[in-house]
Amino acid sequence: MSFTSSRNIGRSIARLEGREKVTGRIEYVHHLRLPGMLYGKIFRSTSPHARIVSIDTSAAAAVEGVFRVVTIDDIRTVIPHPYYGPAFHDQPVLADGKVRFAGEPIAVVLASDPHVAAQAAALIVVEYDELPAVLDEIDAMTSAVCVHDELKPAATFPDLQHLKGRRGTNIALDYKLRRGDVEEGFRNSDHIFEHTFKNQPVMHTPMEPFVSVADVADGRVTLHTASQGPSFVRIEIARLLGLPENRVRVKVPYLGGGFGGKLYIKLEALVTALSLLVKRPVKISLTMEEQFFMVTRHPCTFKIKSGVTRDGKIIARKCEIIWNGGAYADIGPRVTQKAGFTSAGPYDIENVWIDSYAVYTNRPPAGALRGFGAPQTAWAYECHTDMIADGLGIDKIEFRRRNLLRDGRPQASGTVMKNAALEQAMDQVLARMNWSAPLNRSEGSIRRGRGVAVGFKGITSPTTSVAILNLYGDGSCGLYIGTVDMGQGSDTVMAQIAAEVLNLDAENIRVVHPDTDVTPYDMGTLGSRSTFHMGTAVRLAAEDAKRKIEALAEELGVPPGANLPLSELLRRKYGMQAGNIIGTASFIPAYKKPDTETGQSDNATPFWGVGASGAEVEIDIETGRITVTKLVNVADIGAALNPKLAQIQISGAAIMQLGFTMTENMEFQDGHLTNGSLADYKIPNLLDMPRVFINEWVDSRQETGPFGAKGAGESATIALSAAIGNAVADAIGVHLPDLPLSAESVFNALQRQASASEVEA
Amino acid sequence: MSVSRKIRFSLNGRPVVADIMTHETVVEVLTQRFDLRGARESCGQGLCGCCTVYVNGLAVSGCLHLAALMDGAEVTTIEGLEQGERLDPVQEAFISAGAFQCGFCTPGFIMMVKKLLEKHPDPTDGRVPVGGVAGR
Repeated sequence: MSFTSSRNIGRSIARLEGREKVTGRIEYVHHLRLPGMLYGKIFRSTSPHARIVSIDTSAAAAVEGVFRVVTIDDIRTVIPHPYYGPAFHDQPVLADGKVRFAGEPIAVVLASDPHVAAQAAALIVVEYDELPAVLDEIDAMTSAVCVHDELKPAATFPDLQHLKGRRGTNIALDYKLRRGDVEEGFRNSDHIFEHTFKNQPVMHTPMEPFVSVADVADGRVTLHTASQGPSFVRIEIARLLGLPENRVRVKVPYLGGGFGGKLYIKLEALVTALSLLVKRPVKISLTMEEQFFMVTRHPCTFKIKSGVTRDGKIIARKCEIIWNGGAYADIGPRVTQKAGFTSAGPYDIENVWIDSYAVYTNRPPAGALRGFGAPQTAWAYECHTDMIADGLGIDKIEFRRRNLLRDGRPQASGTVMKNAALEQAMDQVLARMNWSAPLNRSEGSIRRGRGVAVGFKGITSPTTSVAILNLYGDGSCGLYIGTVDMGQGSDTVMAQIAAEVLNLDAENIRVVHPDTDVTPYDMGTLGSRSTFHMGTAVRLAAEDAKRKIEALAEELGVPPGANLPLSELLRRKYGMQAGNIIGTASFIPAYKKPDTETGQSDNATPFWGVGASGAEVEIDIETGRITVTKLVNVADIGAALNPKLAQIQISGAAIMQLGFTMTENMEFQDGHLTNGSLADYKIPNLLDMPRVFINEWVDSRQETGPFGAKGAGESATIALSAAIGNAVADAIGVHLPDLPLSAESVFNALQRQASASEVEA
Repeated sequence: MSVSRKIRFSLNGRPVVADIMTHETVVEVLTQRFDLRGARESCGQGLCGCCTVYVNGLAVSGCLHLAALMDGAEVTTIEGLEQGERLDPVQEAFISAGAFQCGFCTPGFIMMVKKLLEKHPDPTDGRVPVGGVAGR
């Protein structure tokens, strides 16, 4: 889409806060210090699963400068039922008689000097009665070891209520989708393909580690927190304390990255309880290592089975996905459900059966991470797609074309596809890959291969955004929204939307940052929802303001078309520079809840996220080393409201997923994380960038979105891993079913291949 | 555990003095004594580069470099790059290229790129050797 006539939309307006970012002056909670503030240092569990026999805090408390040492017994004096969570009220503010993962917070030392707090925390001694631990998601399905005695779904999720009180299980959600008759489909198939794929645990590693400051005084809570969801934080803290919402204030400046990690409640309940206890402001900043104990991305095991006709039509598909949710559910049940819903892939399949399970294990909790599970499922279904095409001897692109969902056709849930440019995105990838040109496949010990993948995701629904737009006496404009700018550029894009409606310049709009005393409700900055949901609310709020300006002109008897500036209208009305025009609007898209037994719904998502990727790799068969030499990512983001920011979001998502594909892997030994630092857990840097790295979007339009736009934050994560996996298989002739794709796994696969061919010989 | 001492150094061209603990790092002292927010601790291991400052012209990781080592030194931080209202050309380039997202690692990147350009004024080989900074 081009918007050549527009003053704001479709223009690469530089980030409004750019200058503050390059000068280092920008505000993060990371830097916040309040008078009288204490620093908290967390003492963490050294056992993955144990009953706590005793906690000896005496030596820590005796350290000079320690203000107080706090355990769950202290917390309970201020919060009688100290359990929280968005889906289940399963997570204690501090370990409550039991630890469920190695790294779980047990106690906190408070001191004015963070060094003193850290030194004292090291002196805490806990005696454990060790319990057997369940770590693997497959084991967790049937294990006699249960992480929780009883399931406690939160009231906010009506679809989890059937799990209430369930005992003797680790399954925190069992999502089902049934379409057609899958067994009949398999019987009618000429070929059956069945494969199992695994994703590893990875972590968001925001460069600004998790940090929250609570200041409780005079019956009011003020939280300054690096959170993607200030409205949720307020509601959950108010619930824990039994306060009305208006006595909890949550303020969020800029975030140093979030990626889904800083959602829901993280440190907020703990710092609030601590501040309540000691009647002073309390700050907890995690170290990079501690971040790995806060939240992770779900590892999963995905068993996928397809029935295919001899001419390459998929007619039946069965998916069983088991998501390792760790010790606390966080938003895992939503990940399980949302990713489950699209796990059969973007294909037009008559008979589909999906079982998607969230399970508890004794590992750090897993939550949302840039894609709500879609990248994990696409890793499986898109490698599987290539393996089927190989098995049938059909070209992989042609095989996709025969099966891709087209607009107007029902997806597995029954929801009809609309504005989902799947084939268009794939074609653009092929063009940028120069796919029709031959590839020089072999040179010395180097083998080359290339691969393509395409995937999609549904959007968390139904969710609400509310916006307030305030035009002041001089006609300048403030935009009050709860969307958190964590680097995606939402301040700029929201200002562009408001400015476009009001015929102003985006650069002149002041975006007021989330402060629940001031900014209205927003469900959260997550799941590629802000541009679509908040963007629509902002557009509607601006239109509301525009109508009010017109009404004011009419009231003042100003003839239509006189085009008096707002400042002049307000001056005439109030006799001086005074008054406001306040526009407001809320937006919640239409939605139909899927049937619990069949997953069927004719309106399961407000829009579709679409991503296609292509990769070219070089593999050194002597070492197994993989080099991604070319990486192309094409997303369907609807119309690009700010092309520069869209491009950066797509490339940022791609680089992140490149790390999750090639190097990142939280390694555990007997339930203990062994590589929780950037020294041992390798995130990509500039030297890891592919030589050719192309990130684009298709020419498309989301009819229901603001100025034709939809979300862009996650699309490039979806298909990327499978594109590289398919390229590796193309190079060496073996599909590696598990992520990450390490030199070691390639080398081992080559060795197995060699010994198998020796046996045949 | 704590021993304090007084250090004197030049901070962005101005002479300053600070009472510090000997275990405190450069980034702690810059943040807490001088309210400078540009150098910030992230990985805490000298790997991500978010805390990069120059000490006597050398780029160092402020999270590992002890504050005591600033005594008598010339220290430059991202806050020292602006000339009045005018940004450093590298800062301008980061804005015009849109070369940042959340901005947390940005001062570190700018300090590293500036140092790179001092040594290689024309790094046109296509592989810019700035491996000492991580972003996300």
